[in-house]
Formats: sequence, C-alpha cells, structure tokens
Amino acid sequence: MAIRINGSDVAVPDDARVSLLDLLREGLHLTGTKVGCNQGACGACTVLIDGQRVLSCLTLAAQADGRSVTTIEGLGSGSDLHPLQVAFIEHDGFQCGYCTPGQICAAAAMLREVEAGIPSYVTADLAAERLTLSREEVRERMSGNLCRCGAHNGIVEAILRVAAEHAA
Amino acid sequence: MTPISYSRATSVAEAGRLADGAGARLLGGGTNLVDLMRKGVERPSRLVDVSGLSDAIELARSGSLVIGAAARNSAVAAHPLVRQRYPMLARAILAGASAQIRNMATVGGNLMQRTRCLYFADVAGSRCNKREPGSGCDAVGGFNRYHAVLGTSPACIAAHPSDMCVALAALDARVQVSGPGGDRMIPLVDFHRLPGDRPDRDTVLDPGEVIVAVELPASPFAGRSAYRKVRDRSSYAFALVSVAAGLTMREGRIEEVAIAFGGIAPKPWRASRAEAVLRGGPAAGAAFAAAADAELADAAPLAGNAFKLALTRRTLEAVLSELTGGSL
Repeated sequence: MAIRINGSDVAVPDDARVSLLDLLREGLHLTGTKVGCNQGACGACTVLIDGQRVLSCLTLAAQADGRSVTTIEGLGSGSDLHPLQVAFIEHDGFQCGYCTPGQICAAAAMLREVEAGIPSYVTADLAAERLTLSREEVRERMSGNLCRCGAHNGIVEAILRVAAEHAA
Repeated sequence: MTPISYSRATSVAEAGRLADGAGARLLGGGTNLVDLMRKGVERPSRLVDVSGLSDAIELARSGSLVIGAAARNSAVAAHPLVRQRYPMLARAILAGASAQIRNMATVGGNLMQRTRCLYFADVAGSRCNKREPGSGCDAVGGFNRYHAVLGTSPACIAAHPSDMCVALAALDARVQVSGPGGDRMIPLVDFHRLPGDRPDRDTVLDPGEVIVAVELPASPFAGRSAYRKVRDRSSYAFALVSVAAGLTMREGRIEEVAIAFGGIAPKPWRASRAEAVLRGGPAAGAAFAAAADAELADAAPLAGNAFKLALTRRTLEAVLSELTGGSL
C-alpha cells in the first residue's frame, strides 16, 4: 500500500475519505498543489498521475495506490526551474500565482498530449497524425485551468514559447 | 463525509457481489461520485473501485467496436478506430469537461453520472425529488436556465449532463451489463429513465448489475457526422444544447439519418421524430425546420429555459446544413 510521490513512497492513508489533494497538502506539506474550488471546476489542484494530468481534489488517495504522482515540487525547484516555469516568469503568466502550479502541471502534460497526436475539440481533422499547436488549441486544451487574475494571455504565450523551443 | 471502506474489484462478478447492497457504490474515475460524497448528496458506506476492470477497445467479429467500461474518456477519444469510424463520439467526448477530468472519467462512470442541477447538489438549502423523493422541486420555480424542456415531469426537470452519451445515443450503442440475473444488452437509448414520479432512479440497472462494456455497431455516418455543443462559455461548461448528428446522402436527398440532443432532456435524447421527417427527403432548410418542429412539439419550457427551443432549432438547422453541404 504505497503511492510514489515525486520519487518517494508514501503510505496510503487509513481513512479512505482522504483526497489525494489533502494527503499532499495536509499529510506531506507539499503545499505547491493548491486548493481552489475543491469540486473539479478550477484546475488549481492539477497533478500528474503516471504522467497524465488529473484533479487531485476529485481523486481519493486510495485510488492512487500503486501509482506514481508528480506535483509541482517534482517538476522544478527554485534553483532548478522547469522550462515552463521560466517561460511563465518571462511572459507574465501569473499575477497572484495561486493557479500557477496547476497551470504548469497541466501544461507539461498537455505538451506531451500534443506530441502524441491527441486531438482536441477544436482540432479540425481528427484523423491528423501531426498537430499544430495554435493559440486556439492552447486555449481549448488549457480550459480546465482558470485564472481569476486574468493572466491567460501570458499563460498561452508562455506555453507556445516552450512548445516552439521544444520543436526546434 | 461518513466513514467509508474502499476496495478494488478484480472481476465483474466480484464487483457485482461487493456492490449488491444499499450502502455500496461502484467507483470509476470518481469525478462525479467523489464530488457528490463531499456535498453529502451521496453517502455510501462502501466504495468498490472498478477502474481496474476491462478498459480494452477492440473490434468484435461482428464489426462492432467494444469499449470496456473502465476505458478512460480520453483514451476513447484518442483511439484511432474511434477517430476514424465514430468521429462524432470522439468530438462529443472532447467537448466534455476538461482534459484532467477526461483522463480520470471512465465510460461506465460517464453513463452513471448524475445531473448537475444546482438544487440536486444543494443538500442544505434546496428541495429535490431526485435526491429526496417526495420532498419537492425547487428548480421548477427557480433558476432553470440549465434545465430540460423535453421528457420532464412535475417532479423533476433536471437535464442529463453527458456529452459522450448523446453521441452514443445517435450511434445506436448498446450497454453490456452483468448481474445476479445474468448478462444482458441494453440499448443506450433505453438505459436512462425519464423521471416520471421516480426521478431518484436515473437508469434501468437492477441492484448488483455492473456495466461491462459499451458496444458500437458499425456506423455509416463517419463521412458526414458532427457534434456541436452550445454553452455559456466556449469551453469547459455543460451544454445548453448539443446536437449529435450523422447522415448519408443519395441523389441529393437524405438517405439515412441519426440525431440526438443533449442539454435539453433528462436523458440523452434520440430525436426519432426529427429523423422521420428528414429520412428520404430533400436536404433543404424547410425540411430542417419541420424536423425541429416535430421533435419539439411536446416541449414544456419554463421561464428560465424557454430560449432553448429557438437555440435547439437553430443548432439543429446549422448542423444539418453543414452536413448536407450548405452553409447557414
């Protein structure tokens, strides 16, 4: 009974009601992951499970048993920033910063989805094997992460920059 | 939340055994159930995680595509066979929720998800016949912008929230279930109930029955199909109205046609009356309007959602125009 969190094994809580979000924040003091709405509407609690973006508020910790969780603390640190963190700083991808860890976790997984050729609702040709990451595509693919400061334009710019660097 | 036990089912039979009791709920991705538990709408004492059961997506000898109930929504939408042969379904799934939620949500869970009626979710402050039979409905005289106009009853006007199920309804999908009485196949259009005087019962599933898979027969509509969703913001919102449609043409006339609506009924709404008007007829604006009229003839709009009649009409006409080659 263990969840691998940022590379370390953590015991699954005895109480099955504990969400993955509460385990991260209250149990492990990994407070990079944020509590926003706590009902699946805002994306602030986004983390990666086995590389896929999910909402930790709607995931019971027990559901993550045997799986690998990556939080913002696992993506980068103050001395070793993730390319998306660098780009968010350069392009003003945040104001208050509360939604930022969720935005960056979501964006990291999203870029891999695009690389894998996974379409979105606005992708014109569902059968296409190669995707072009337009501004419209980024907005649709990141629609599960809300920013009440309204930094969305900077967020989209930052993500497009990282995608372009990655492709180059 | 009240204390719960959690276990993982390793077979359909085990899931059925563990779930055969009033306090038990099957858990797929948890995107709906965990939220409803936190709100106090659902109060299970036992969760049986069925996300480890079959998530295979494969062709059967019959030519049908069989999708295991534990398949994640994102995996279904990304699957090459779904994108090629059932683009309407891929598009409908991608129109729903967010990428995070689609990564978690399962096909079986999507079929079982409950209404997003705000009064249903408001345990402390609202009356709701779906949550508490006989208590009354605060939506009828309340804020009912998001509620249904077709198939409602005096007891309940809640709309079914799924996008995926709307495409499944248009594609003649069948739900394979297994239970104490044996296995059975339920057409998707018969899987969900209309509220009548028992709005607490969303589906026709019997106690102990488990969804095993969803089966899609071969579809003639891959070349001309669409899922169009109209909502209050351009992404990550439930439908005000959605239309899943597919058709074939022959000598300028509509040959076969399948249409289903979301957002306007208590269940995924197969528009059989509209189809009957269109089948064999011309691909013309007047026919599209007549089809919408036929389907909406029995609509029961309320103060907050009467706009859905015009919105449904226009959305259907636009989709049919697009699919038959015109522009509106």
